[in-house]
Amino acid sequence: MNYLLGAFKPACNISVTFTDGKNRKQVPIKKDNGQTVMHPLFQSQETIAGKICIEPYQGKKVEHNGVKVELLGQIEMYFDRGNFYDFTSLVRELDVPGEIYERKTYPFEFPTVEMPYETYNGVNVRLRYVLKVTVTRGYAGSIVEYQDFVVRNYSPSPPINNSIKMEVGIEDCLHIEFEYNKSKYHLKDVILGKIYFLLVRIKIKNMDLEIRRRESTGAGANTHVETETLAKFELMDGAPVRGESIPVRLFLTPYDLTPTHKNINNKFSVKYYLNLVLVDEEDRRYFKQQEITLYRLKEETS
Amino acid sequence: MITGDDDEKWLAAAIAAVKQNAFYMQRAIDSNNLKDALKFSAQMLSELRTSKLSPHKYYELYMRVSDELRSLEFFFKEETGRGCSIAELYELVQHAGNILPRLYLLCTIGSVYIKSNEITATDILKDLVEMCRAVQHPLRGLFLRSYLAQVTRDKLPSIGSELEGEADAHMDALEFVLQNFTEMNKLWVRMQHQGPNREKEKREKERNELRDLVGKNLHVLSQLEGVDLGIYRDTVLPRILEQVVNCKDELAQCYLMDCIIQVFPDDFHLQTLDVLLGACPQLQPSVDIKMVLSGLMERLSNYAASSVEALPNFLQVDAFSKLNYAIGKVVEAQVDLPASGSVSLYLFLLKFTLHVHSDRLHYVDQVLGSCVSQLSATGKLCDDKASKQIVAFLSAPLEKYNDVVTILKLTNYPRVMEYLDHETNKAMAIIIIQSILKNKTHIATADEVDALFELIKGLIKDFDGTTDSEVDEEDFQEEQNSVARLVHMLYNDDPEEMAKIISRVRKHILTGGPKRLPLTIPPLVFSALKLIRRLRGGDGNPFGDDTSATPKRILQLLNETVEVLSDVSASELALRLYLQCAQAANDCELEAVASEFFTKSYLLYEEEISDSKAQVTALRLIIGTLQRMRVFNVENRDTLTHKATGYSARLLKKPDQCRAVYECAHLFWADECENLKDGERVVLCLKRAQRIADAVQQMANASRGTSSTGSVALYVELLNKYLYFLEKGNPQVTGDIIQSLAELIRSETKKVESGAGSFISSTLRYMEFQRQQQDGGMSEKYQNIKMEWFE
Repeated sequence: MNYLLGAFKPACNISVTFTDGKNRKQVPIKKDNGQTVMHPLFQSQETIAGKICIEPYQGKKVEHNGVKVELLGQIEMYFDRGNFYDFTSLVRELDVPGEIYERKTYPFEFPTVEMPYETYNGVNVRLRYVLKVTVTRGYAGSIVEYQDFVVRNYSPSPPINNSIKMEVGIEDCLHIEFEYNKSKYHLKDVILGKIYFLLVRIKIKNMDLEIRRRESTGAGANTHVETETLAKFELMDGAPVRGESIPVRLFLTPYDLTPTHKNINNKFSVKYYLNLVLVDEEDRRYFKQQEITLYRLKEETS
Repeated sequence: MITGDDDEKWLAAAIAAVKQNAFYMQRAIDSNNLKDALKFSAQMLSELRTSKLSPHKYYELYMRVSDELRSLEFFFKEETGRGCSIAELYELVQHAGNILPRLYLLCTIGSVYIKSNEITATDILKDLVEMCRAVQHPLRGLFLRSYLAQVTRDKLPSIGSELEGEADAHMDALEFVLQNFTEMNKLWVRMQHQGPNREKEKREKERNELRDLVGKNLHVLSQLEGVDLGIYRDTVLPRILEQVVNCKDELAQCYLMDCIIQVFPDDFHLQTLDVLLGACPQLQPSVDIKMVLSGLMERLSNYAASSVEALPNFLQVDAFSKLNYAIGKVVEAQVDLPASGSVSLYLFLLKFTLHVHSDRLHYVDQVLGSCVSQLSATGKLCDDKASKQIVAFLSAPLEKYNDVVTILKLTNYPRVMEYLDHETNKAMAIIIIQSILKNKTHIATADEVDALFELIKGLIKDFDGTTDSEVDEEDFQEEQNSVARLVHMLYNDDPEEMAKIISRVRKHILTGGPKRLPLTIPPLVFSALKLIRRLRGGDGNPFGDDTSATPKRILQLLNETVEVLSDVSASELALRLYLQCAQAANDCELEAVASEFFTKSYLLYEEEISDSKAQVTALRLIIGTLQRMRVFNVENRDTLTHKATGYSARLLKKPDQCRAVYECAHLFWADECENLKDGERVVLCLKRAQRIADAVQQMANASRGTSSTGSVALYVELLNKYLYFLEKGNPQVTGDIIQSLAELIRSETKKVESGAGSFISSTLRYMEFQRQQQDGGMSEKYQNIKMEWFE
């Protein structure tokens, strides 16, 4: 709405630059319209500092009742559009009311900001971090500029990381035992494992391993659960006989995964599952789903 | 159901898709676009995921794709040159969602990886062969693994290869090939269980087409450097055999056993013979083991033939015993094996033995023995095929040695023959005899003779329960002729031994029965007579002890032998043989013996020979023989002569009587013997003959008027006899007698137109000729015949 007025008669141009903007890593974020844009990347406890530059258009002056910059962490539920839940909100006043005739630069700094949650773009929910610059004006409406940035938090390797091992089957029909080497994988990890066929009485056509994401939003009666299959990876072609063991090796890199999110601000959760699917010649599917935990490991070269 | 047409169509579609994707892939490669190259190559490879093609067509498709992959491999190589980490590439290709393209790509990059030396080949190979497990579809899996084998083939680490990382890298390579082989074989075997039962035959055919994919692994193994005997023995062979045995599949076992035999070197086989053979009894009963073993033995035979050094090895590892043992085991294990099968197994072993160990006769005998013990379980063979096999089996040593004497040393040989049915046994015996005749084998000892007759006893005597009526007469004659010829082949220079041989032969042929004896005794008799002649030619009987062979003994023996003939209604033959013997006795100056023979002959003549023609013939023989007897004293001779003359007079037909009587005249006249010239009795005989001829003439005149020429011929014959004795100087033959006979002839011929005209005229011409003769005393004698001869 503010833009509309601005577009009608833009009074000034507001730009935000980060202190180490040139060196800071940029990551792609998918916007609503499907385009990807690059945003600078931060993590929790970082100091977010930079400059805000307000430059009135030629011959114009900007009268204002003050300039401020806010650092907001917001959760946006799509089914509840327009409602943002700010879980983080920090403000810096940049200027007292007055007029700006020419380009004016304000440095700002939010030292060691606590940003516990990661940026997330889901099906029903979005978690984003944004710098909001507001030039407050009385009559003409305030001029607002947003600058998104991305937060990613890194976890250390978990001290305990058991393998997933399980025997499943349908009596007198199919018995398999599968094993994934870990239960917790980082995002660049590779899932290794084996599927042992203990009994095969059905004519199996092929076997896939799927990675599924389960996003649940809201709470109580309003909980929305959305499940997406992010990866469908063929493990086996043809029908094995008893005693065969089929190797599993699935690299996670090519898939667009996030860490597992548990109960983010009481608003949403994101969980990941490995789904082992066997398809028989009549296209019946036999599957077993196992939750895995994904985490973000600090990359060596960042 | 896949029909041929659809098959074609699908193949065409798949090939078109491959071509298209290959084109895009190539374009991406040309522009160094790794991502697209991977994408299109994966799409191209996806065509191999089809289940619609028959193995044959699938192979075609596979060949196209693998061709295209070569340029991708080259591209990967270049990429790594441009600084792209090969490890990254190795990961990157594994992002492909579908397993089959993923694994083809992995194999392709894997082969580049090995070449790069960044990581030990072993690790890559292990990874590849393990990952390929993911394709469990038999056909696709086979081809995938075949591709794996193909791309890694020239990169396997081996001793001296630049890729060798550690000392036992070649063991890892070995492990890799073995594992790949094992998995391929499993897939291959599994193919038969895929799909409906009714197409089983077709599937087996298709499977057979794919067998070389599996077999190639064995070839790779054999080419692998560093695989020496030790490794082969301890690792390669046991592993392969384990797989072969455990797969329990006829087609695979048959093919793979053959592969093993053909692919690995001879000396490996020789040194691991027991291991290889140990697997044979464990194969499926339907596997044609003879093919397998014959292949093996043939190879070993050739190996033995190829180099002199090989032979000691054969002995060292005792190849023969192992083979023999193994065949026994196989036969034991395969209860359903028909007799022909087991016999042909032994046949192959025998051929092998003859080829490799022809100098070791006891080996040959052992094979025969094994065969016997095998046959003893089945009993006599009625099955044609098996019989044929046994004949081949028994003929093999004959052909090899060309010497029956050698065969006779094989104690088991006759035992094998016993399992033949009657007909085949005879056929075999004839083969043996023919071999002897052809090679002029010298059978020189009594023991050999015994053994030989034991072998051919099918010909010598009847078997129980066979009816001779079924035997074709001509065949029978043929058979017995062979035996007769055989008897003449038995010869020893030592009379002592020869006598033994004769007595053994006699023993054998006496068992022959009435049909055979007339055919087999004569050769024996003549063979014995030959010996007698030899003994006589030598010092006779220098030792004089009881055991030595004297003519007397032999004749005694012959006496008994010939007697048998008279019992089987072959009296005429017996008579002839007696006379032969008598003559031999005469030559040996054994009066009593000769007399005995004559007595026997006379008895036969009197009692057995009733046919008038036969009588005539027999009598002539008697007379002829008796005439030449010198051994008798006067009394004996007189008795015999008297008898003979008596017989002559009692012949049925007058002309026969006449002739016999004038023949008897010779009995009184022996040229070289002064005290045997009784001219008076000669003339007496002749006159008596003439009287008979007169009687004939009268009878002829009476019954048929003047038209008969009846006895004119007899007269002429008599005239000739007179002339003979005249020439011999018989004083009792006077010109008058001859003259009157000639007159008689003339008058008789005048009465009728004689049919004996030319006989008469040539006789007269002869007389005239002798008369004209100037020198010698002959003309003188003829001068006494006064004849006004007719024109």
